[in-house]
Amino acid sequence: MLAQLQQLKPKVTFASLFKFYNSLAKAITLPCVGIVIFIFIWQITASNIVTSLGQFPGPGEVWNQSKVLVTEHYQEREKAQTFYERQEIRNSKKLAKNPEAVIKIRQYTGQATYFDKIVTSLYTVAFGFLIATLAAIPLGIACGLSDKVYRAVNPIIQVFKPVSPLAWLPLVTIVVSATYTSADPYFEKAFVTSAVTVALCCLWPTVVNTIVGVASIDRDLIDVSRVLRLSTLAHIKSIVIPSALPLIFTGLRLSLATGWMVLIAAEMLAQNPGLGKFIWDEFQNGSSSSLSRIMVAVITIGIIGFILDHLMLMIQKRFSWNKQATLR
Amino acid sequence: MQNRYLEISQVSIDFPTDGEPYRALQDVTMSIQKGEFISLIGHSGCGKSTVLNIIAGLHQATEGGIILEGREVNEPGPDRAVVFQNHALLPWLTVYKNVELAVKSVFKDTKSKAEIGAWVEHNLELVNMGHALHKLPGEISGGMKQRVGIARCLAMQPKVLLMDEPFGALDALTRAHLQDSLMEIQAQLNSTVVMITHDVDEAVLLSDRIVMMSNGPAASIGEILHVDLERPRNRVALAEDANFNAYRQQVLRFLYEKQKHPATTAA
Ligand SMILES: Nc1ncnc2c1ncn2[C@@H]1O[C@H](COP(=O)(O)OP(=O)(O)OP(=O)(O)O)[C@@H](O)[C@H]1O
Ligand SMILES: [Mg+2]
Repeated sequence: MLAQLQQLKPKVTFASLFKFYNSLAKAITLPCVGIVIFIFIWQITASNIVTSLGQFPGPGEVWNQSKVLVTEHYQEREKAQTFYERQEIRNSKKLAKNPEAVIKIRQYTGQATYFDKIVTSLYTVAFGFLIATLAAIPLGIACGLSDKVYRAVNPIIQVFKPVSPLAWLPLVTIVVSATYTSADPYFEKAFVTSAVTVALCCLWPTVVNTIVGVASIDRDLIDVSRVLRLSTLAHIKSIVIPSALPLIFTGLRLSLATGWMVLIAAEMLAQNPGLGKFIWDEFQNGSSSSLSRIMVAVITIGIIGFILDHLMLMIQKRFSWNKQATLR
Repeated sequence: MQNRYLEISQVSIDFPTDGEPYRALQDVTMSIQKGEFISLIGHSGCGKSTVLNIIAGLHQATEGGIILEGREVNEPGPDRAVVFQNHALLPWLTVYKNVELAVKSVFKDTKSKAEIGAWVEHNLELVNMGHALHKLPGEISGGMKQRVGIARCLAMQPKVLLMDEPFGALDALTRAHLQDSLMEIQAQLNSTVVMITHDVDEAVLLSDRIVMMSNGPAASIGEILHVDLERPRNRVALAEDANFNAYRQQVLRFLYEKQKHPATTAA
């Protein structure tokens, strides 16, 4: 018996090893192969393109430039650090001489680093996405529940859905400058303009998907709600939203992806100091490193978009009642 | 009022179509006593669900109406609870929460929190589902889901329990179990039940009266059969019972001789 088991053992491990290798191949090897091929093609293509700013950057230059951006970030942080330290010393000296002296604490006004710009972009897109979500879900639920509301709102949705952010931007800019006029604004105008443009463009996927989700609730569940005489609010809370949640999330994911794309264009034109403005400034700069730096931004934008989508997917899984459904 | 607890009074219904409205039911009339178990049987598409939905208030009769305890009803409400063919449990709520939703919406003003909890558990015990309170509907079998659906309705203490092919989607063995449970519960609570079925044995076994419907369009009540079998009924003993088989035959004759299914006549 024992001997048999021992004979069996290596077979089992081999089979599981093979399986492990297979899953490894799927999870790591194949994507790596894809990336290597891509980099190879990129290198070849780049070396054949000569622009007014010199050779189109290959993977090597872009990698170097990304390191430069990281170094610049640390240098800037160090400068800020020393600035504050010097200020501290100066102030404490002043106080030592005269305890009543009025001391000034000044903010360091250095340049925003690449990472600061990423944060600004993320912050802006989050704000725009939040506005869009707060408007889109209630609107979608109202349209999904009532045929009359749907018929009234649908033409408007259909007309505004395909509008490009670039068309909205001038209008939004002017309206924001006209209406958003506090003396000490909490948000920059450029920030508000970008966020509102993002919101206007990423509203629609959530609206449309919420409508579909709400309109396709199982008839039986609606009948249950009617038999129980649930109030409209209870009906929405306990039947409508849970039923429509998978599609609402599909919409939110599409919205966030759209919003992230729109954001870059909006930032370029509104001069919101995020990744979009970074690209625009590099483009205006036209130095020899500009192309590589823009390429770094392109890749960053792609990776962040991917991470955002994945985050949404994780949230969706967390809130999904149907654990069997495969989400992707 | 004893023998006119629930009245279906000259109910006709038209469904809108592209052309002429489609008259599904024509002049359906009957009265049901308190504590009675009624089965509706008839060929597919004859309008059984439509009758049930009109009683439930989910559909509006074009003519005639429903009178429950002397009062006309034309809106759905928890006094006429519906057990759906496909359980209609909310898939994101646990078994317990599903029943609780119903109990809360019916007894929110009359029962305390603790009483609500106890009542939910009591009703789930009644259908032998006390062991799976915190499972999701997706995690239990079809028969169990149907049990929960029944518990949800019983927990509402309805005046009438309406069941649309409650066991239609179940295998024969599970169906038999649930029929037995239903008989026990009905004997215990003396509920008034209107149940749709396709199963002749089920109709005879469970009902006090079997309402046989004629085929549509303009379907109506064809015959009503009183089933005078002593309760409690035992399916094994009844299988050999001459009366039981005579009742079965009568229903079968109605369905397959007097009211041939349109599809079978065409073929
Ligand atoms: N909402 C509706 N609109 C139009 N026609 C309908 C509607 N509901 C039912 N009908 C029609 O009314 C007739 C009766 O339908 P019903 O669902 O009541 O049949 P049923 O006896 O329950 O059938 P089954 O045994 O297959 O469930 C059918 O011909 C159906 O096409
Ligand atoms: Mg039916």
